[in-house]
Amino acid sequence: MSGLRILVPVKRVIDYAVKPRVNRAQTAVETANVKHSMNPFDELSIEEAIRLRERKVPVQEIVAFSAGPTKSQDILRTAMAMGADRSIHVVVEDKDPQLEPLGVAKLLKKVVEEQKSDLVILGKQSIDDDASQTGQMLAGLLGWPQATQASKVEIADKTVTVVKEVDGGVETVKADLPMVITTDLRLNEPRYASLPNIMKAKKKPMEKKTLKDYGLDEQPRLKTVKVTEPPPRKGGVKVDSVDSMISKLKELGAL
Amino acid sequence: MFSVARKSALRQARTQLRLSQPVTVPHYSALARLLSTLAVLEQRDGKLNPASLSAITAGTKLGGSITAFVAGSGVKSVADEAAKVKGIEKIIYVENGAYEKGLPENYAPLLVENIKEGGYTHILAGHSAFGKNLLPRVAALLDSQAISDITAIESEDTFVRPIYAGNAILTVQSTDQQKVITVRGTAFPAPETEGGSAAIVAGVDPKAECPTQWVSEDLAKSDRPDLSSAEKVVSGGRGLKSKEEFDRLMPPLADALGAAIGASRAAVDSGFADNSLQVGQTGKNVAPKLYLCAGISGAIQHLAGMKDSKVIAAINKDGDAPIFQVADVGLVGDLFEKVPELTEKLKSQ
Repeated sequence: MSGLRILVPVKRVIDYAVKPRVNRAQTAVETANVKHSMNPFDELSIEEAIRLRERKVPVQEIVAFSAGPTKSQDILRTAMAMGADRSIHVVVEDKDPQLEPLGVAKLLKKVVEEQKSDLVILGKQSIDDDASQTGQMLAGLLGWPQATQASKVEIADKTVTVVKEVDGGVETVKADLPMVITTDLRLNEPRYASLPNIMKAKKKPMEKKTLKDYGLDEQPRLKTVKVTEPPPRKGGVKVDSVDSMISKLKELGAL
Repeated sequence: MFSVARKSALRQARTQLRLSQPVTVPHYSALARLLSTLAVLEQRDGKLNPASLSAITAGTKLGGSITAFVAGSGVKSVADEAAKVKGIEKIIYVENGAYEKGLPENYAPLLVENIKEGGYTHILAGHSAFGKNLLPRVAALLDSQAISDITAIESEDTFVRPIYAGNAILTVQSTDQQKVITVRGTAFPAPETEGGSAAIVAGVDPKAECPTQWVSEDLAKSDRPDLSSAEKVVSGGRGLKSKEEFDRLMPPLADALGAAIGASRAAVDSGFADNSLQVGQTGKNVAPKLYLCAGISGAIQHLAGMKDSKVIAAINKDGDAPIFQVADVGLVGDLFEKVPELTEKLKSQ
């Protein structure tokens, strides 16, 4: 078989360690001057693609993809520094209508067709909108098999065996390529990009495209009514012994 | 709110995208009256998963009629069981072993056929591994932007859901004709499972090919309550130091309380506990009456999964741990002393 053509979509999100703040107008979460990085699950996707190649699965190329503002190019560079061969950036500025998972899935379908990808590895969810939809939607639009929340991926010839995390344990499914896989935390430990690789990544090709290049004009289906802070929990008490903990819990009706 | 412009834009979108289908544009003023929900229930080996009934509760909040859906092998008995659940008007069951494992590749087309047949405006399922895997695929086939993990319903088109690991609460209004939604179980308590009398009918079965083969599963066996629906949860973190200590301290405490066992990501990553026990943004969401945790610092990703608990109790030796900012009762101390003492004292009561 000719080598796998892997597509790895990555998303730029507010860094996982930052506590997000809702803006004053309650229209969105404040993103200006906030540290952003690659969605943690997408790092796992890139890592898995690279490891497939390292495990001697024939991989022709690994293409990283992102749709978002110009700054998304930073995370594409990171993906290439980790080991992706090249990347595609579809520019969607913050002022433009924002893509929702369905829009991203439609865009990715076009990219898959254009790039002749036969394996798409996505994160199981992005930690900003927590939707957990894009991979499944893409698989549906393509009519491809899907394996979500993967904790182990094995490829032999054209057959992919995936161990998935489900409620209460794991489940194993098997399908032939082409396929869509979404990654879960336990899949791997993403590597750090080394300085020489970061330098090399600067020379790797990055194609810049627009939604129009893909003939897409997807308007958002969901309208944000408001974004609010969650109700704060009331400050509790600290107790100094197990006995007072038990009596306090009784008082609160929890025991 | 339903402007003419939107109507025509929608009509245009529909005709462009679904030329193969007969174009029926419902009259919008009649939409509320025509509201009808399809709630997808989960079953396993001919047994209804009660947690999936939260979709019924959410359907009740929407108003309109509720049809439940179940598919697999031997599901007639599941349909009979679900028929007693209050609030369901009709149950559609599809008896076919091909759907037993809930593989979305054939289950999604199955649902789409039945959704077309019944003309439902809302499709609901629990935000479980099954619902998360299946519903977005269904939504894509219906050209609808799914809404995940809702915690409240404001109206037939407006829903509330947490984003950013629960650090912000988003209210969204959907403009889609069919609203495909997964619901957070802990936000919609299960309905009464007695007293209903739904009609049971067989659904359509498109018998779509399934390119995916189910190979095997390995589920943790446990006599304890199910983590996501337990009334009490005890949870351990990195502070337990090893799997041996986790297994020595947590199960007796859980048994003393009749609680389910959970764990932080750190505990799971270190191999102290099984993945399926992880509570947090990327694990399970729990909202028990009592969440008692030991050796958990309280990272935002963990808090995302448990801060809707009624009462939070924490044992941690670091008095400055963020967990104490959300805990109703906090005990600063060494968990290796405090947990056994607590277990003993609870047992003797």
